[in-house]
Amino acid sequence: MNVTVNGKRQRIEESCRTLEDLLSRPEWAGKLVIVELNGELAGREVYGETLLSEGDRVELVHFVGGG
Amino acid sequence: MQDPLMIGGVTLTSRLFIGTGKYSRNTLIPEVITRSGSQVITVALRRVDPESSDNIVSHIPSHMTLLPNTSGARTAEEAVRIARLARSAGLGNWVKIEVINDQKYLLPDNTETIRATEILAAEGFVVLPYMSPDLSAALRLKAAGAAAVMPLGAPIGSNRGLQTKELIRILISETNLPVIVDAGIGRPSEAAEAMEMGAAAVLLNTAIATASDPLLMAEAFRDAVAAGRKAYLAGLGPVEETAAASSPLTGFLA
Repeated sequence: MNVTVNGKRQRIEESCRTLEDLLSRPEWAGKLVIVELNGELAGREVYGETLLSEGDRVELVHFVGGG
Repeated sequence: MQDPLMIGGVTLTSRLFIGTGKYSRNTLIPEVITRSGSQVITVALRRVDPESSDNIVSHIPSHMTLLPNTSGARTAEEAVRIARLARSAGLGNWVKIEVINDQKYLLPDNTETIRATEILAAEGFVVLPYMSPDLSAALRLKAAGAAAVMPLGAPIGSNRGLQTKELIRILISETNLPVIVDAGIGRPSEAAEAMEMGAAAVLLNTAIATASDPLLMAEAFRDAVAAGRKAYLAGLGPVEETAAASSPLTGFLA
């Protein structure tokens, strides 16, 4: 299926069904991220049960240096 | 001397807040924290870069109060969204509201900032709004539930000092709220001056991060903020138009 992660549309494999699956992919694994799914905040406690759907928009953000 | 600053239920002994941007390497940050004595530190929120593995939070000791900013927000709604995302990280409920529409001077939009403050304070955030030093706006921010106001001394990153001094003086006199001078301070002497005027604290980033020796500059600002605060508490002597002799005017040698 296709999802948009941080503004980039990408195809993900069938086995990647939940937010938890997406976050365990190598490019995101081990990073402290905050997740927004289709404009709604998704807390860590719901990653495992939140199913991804075709066309979902996912924002993965984290803290960086700033003033 | 016990002189704590209470904000949002936290007792601070340091009146120097620092930022984490613009460091040549983020591994300097723990030592900057130690040398500055700071207890409050700002961070920003951005999309994760899959190519980078650096995590700014790993450089910040857990005793620090984290102050995420809403940089990038152009409206109250965008600031609220960023603040909620930041709080969901589970690292506290403080937020520096920063709503900016002016890309040349990065001046804050007070109207949108007041709206965001109302929403976020009602949700239990400890709200510290970055603002243009205007008394009406400061009083509205207070009514909206701001824990402090953070007027700019000069544009962000400009190192131009306390250009808005007279307006900040009015906020200090009239708001009965902690006034934290944020942005523009370039020199320790300017930080000291803000504190002498009665500012509750100062927030700096660029002045330390872009110094040739950021660690020594962190110490310089720590000392300046402490000196300025002591001078404020001590009460400055009167300013006179003409000389007022310090030595006795009688008993001169013939």
